[in-house]
Amino acid sequence: MKSQPKLLTLLTVLSVILFIGALAMVFLYAPLEAVMNYVQKIFYFHIANAWVGMLGFIVAATAGVIYLVKKDLKWDIVEMAAVEISLVFFFIAIITGSIWAKPSWGTFWTWDARLTTAAILEMIYLAYLLLRKGIEDPERRARFSAVYTLIGAISVPVSFLSIRIWQTIHPAVIGGGTSGAQGSFGMTPAMLMTMFFCLATFSVIFVALLWYRIRLGRLAEQVDQLKYQFMQ
Amino acid sequence: MISYAISIKYMLAGYAIIFIVLGTYIVSLFIRWQRFKRDLETIRNLEKEIPAQ
Repeated sequence: MKSQPKLLTLLTVLSVILFIGALAMVFLYAPLEAVMNYVQKIFYFHIANAWVGMLGFIVAATAGVIYLVKKDLKWDIVEMAAVEISLVFFFIAIITGSIWAKPSWGTFWTWDARLTTAAILEMIYLAYLLLRKGIEDPERRARFSAVYTLIGAISVPVSFLSIRIWQTIHPAVIGGGTSGAQGSFGMTPAMLMTMFFCLATFSVIFVALLWYRIRLGRLAEQVDQLKYQFMQ
Repeated sequence: MISYAISIKYMLAGYAIIFIVLGTYIVSLFIRWQRFKRDLETIRNLEKEIPAQ
């Protein structure tokens, strides 16, 4: 395995700087919201985690399509890496959303359209990991996984649009939500700037983590191949 | 309006989750990387030793 590329080291340093910058913007720059005050500060990282979570599922589906066309196992590694990282980010989004919901809605969880579709989305990709564990042949596993991520990706726009399609208490950040939305707030320019900074920060972190995870996948594949050759 | 004490408590819980989950994942990546590197070295060493026997 080649030594770590300089660009990846640079991306890692940039991720750390941006992460510290994002924390500073959330706690020192963004104003305190009048009704929810401190708990609203969860919003910036909650939305950033949800964004990269969904982004990763789309990246995985794209890698799946490329695999089905090219039949090159390196795209299977990219797909697996994107799903694993997105599961982590999306899990954080669900949990932080739940923590924010308690003081805002009076409950940690409700079977609202957004919450339900988000939970289903997370479970679909957890099942993806189980599916992969159940198939030993790498090419068969890659083929099934690629098709699975393609079908699973349908749940991404469904979850994203759920707050616009169905009556829900989850507020919509982009565009107007439904009339039953609770916990929505008017964003000041400083809040908007902080939100976009956090979205950019987590996008960079996502790219860095994806690169690390792809390298890990390649290393694992190399070990597997050597083990197989050694056993022959 | 939500009281400051309650609001701060939930905010801290939210950020604690972010740090713990993300931190655990990064550590897991590092541990897996080290494990595969060790496996790779072991196999290469075995390959060198076996033809010599």
